Amino acid sequence: MSENNIKIEIKNFSFYYGQKQVIHDLNLKIHKNEIMSFFGPANGGVTTLLRSLNRLFELNHNTRSEGDILIDGESIFDPDASVTELRRKVGMVFEIPTPLPLSIFDNVAYGPRLNKKKSKDEINEVVEQAIKQAALWDDVSDRLRAPAMSLSGGQQQRLCIARVLALKPEVIILDRACSGLDPISTAKIEESLTKLKKQFTIVIAPHNVQQAMRISDRAAFMLMGYLVEAGADIFTHPQDQRTDDYITGRFG
Amino acid sequence: MKLKINARTSEYIAKGFIWGAAMSVMIVLVAIIVYILVKGLPVINFSFLTTNPYNMGRSGGIASTIVGTIYITVVAIIIAVPFGIGTAFYLAEYTQENIITRIIRFSAESLAGIPSIIYGLFGYIFFVMYMGMGWSILAGGLTLAFMILPTIIRTSEEAIRAVPHIYREVSFSLGGTKWQTIIKTVFPSAIQGIVNGIILSIGRCIAETAAVIFTAGSVLSMPGSLFDSTRTMAVHFYILASEGISMDNAYGTAALLIIIIFLINVIVNALVNRFISKSK
Repeated sequence: MSENNIKIEIKNFSFYYGQKQVIHDLNLKIHKNEIMSFFGPANGGVTTLLRSLNRLFELNHNTRSEGDILIDGESIFDPDASVTELRRKVGMVFEIPTPLPLSIFDNVAYGPRLNKKKSKDEINEVVEQAIKQAALWDDVSDRLRAPAMSLSGGQQQRLCIARVLALKPEVIILDRACSGLDPISTAKIEESLTKLKKQFTIVIAPHNVQQAMRISDRAAFMLMGYLVEAGADIFTHPQDQRTDDYITGRFG
Repeated sequence: MKLKINARTSEYIAKGFIWGAAMSVMIVLVAIIVYILVKGLPVINFSFLTTNPYNMGRSGGIASTIVGTIYITVVAIIIAVPFGIGTAFYLAEYTQENIITRIIRFSAESLAGIPSIIYGLFGYIFFVMYMGMGWSILAGGLTLAFMILPTIIRTSEEAIRAVPHIYREVSFSLGGTKWQTIIKTVFPSAIQGIVNGIILSIGRCIAETAAVIFTAGSVLSMPGSLFDSTRTMAVHFYILASEGISMDNAYGTAALLIIIIFLINVIVNALVNRFISKSK
């Protein structure tokens, strides 16, 4: 991969909750238009790393990071960089479906409305497009004003993806976004992700190794805050014994 | 000797006790309300509501006291609600636990436990005398605002804290600023609890006597401005009953008080439910 294909560059990144270090000196490049998965057992630092990419960890007090994360060559920690802009560029889907207590339409329109003034038509268009991209349009087109809470779990999670897509992001983060869903909903989401990577860079914490194998272009194995290894053939030719053990289910 | 009760017996006893407690409370409440309404409702008619009291309240209606009650309550609510909700958001959203939040919370909790007559005394010394407002709706409203502020702060803070943290994370992750997150997500989710606190406070304002006598006086004529003294319905009731002026009119006033508080509850809840169902 050539250098200008790099979307995100993580450089010597360490992360602390108070005194406790949860990510150790991590270096990794994430390419444009790929699905990059971070997997590993709990407490591996995956969620923390994903929440660093959009600086969402700043909501927690008593946290500290070292090193740098560059998106398109620019540091996200630059004091002049706008954090709200960053979060629009790097959209996040959470582990559990998190519709806000609003209508389906208003959930998807939430992000665009925060932004600069947009006309009603523009909002309508962005919302419709986002819901279609998330493969949810057929399910909800006739009841956009219904409460988002009335949707099923899988639909709610696709709604959350649509909500992120409505931001017109460049990177989409999914933090174990399918862990509470049935296999059919999971398959639908994975299918949309494979389509979406043509336009976006997707960073995902899969909820198990099988999902990581199914959808990732490259994957990174994290253990106790360390990046053990990363690569495209990590599942077929793991370099590290620990990776092999985890993939084959000997621990974890 | 150990008294052995088997599980089924203890289940019966517990059920009986809990049921009995709930029933006795309900019977007492219903009895009070029915008694007041039976005594008071026959007194209430159109002219009772629309004419001013005269002859110390022995004759005439209670129009001026209704107006006085509304004025004082509105003044208190208008002043206390923005400050109370503002403080609650400060405590819940803008600070971490530290010495200042602990002082604010401790003060609010202490203030909530102070007898209302102390507020009356404070209002009398500070607003009526020192600030030179005299016995007036303004002085009474301000005093009641202080009295209900702790309630509003506490109920609002609890309501704000009860909003799931993930809603905030979602709003921030979609590029929302703190203020946008509060206005568009936290506040709509907390509004029911906040409004409950306000209703409770309205009830306390309407029912207050001691603090009002000290600060707004007990003049019977129709108030013309915020600087006039007035007599609220609760004070009117207190004076009519305690001085034996007219028990009939006292019961009429009491019945109307109950009806008004009931109506406020119903109306405000209906408004909030409409707002919530719109935003959901």
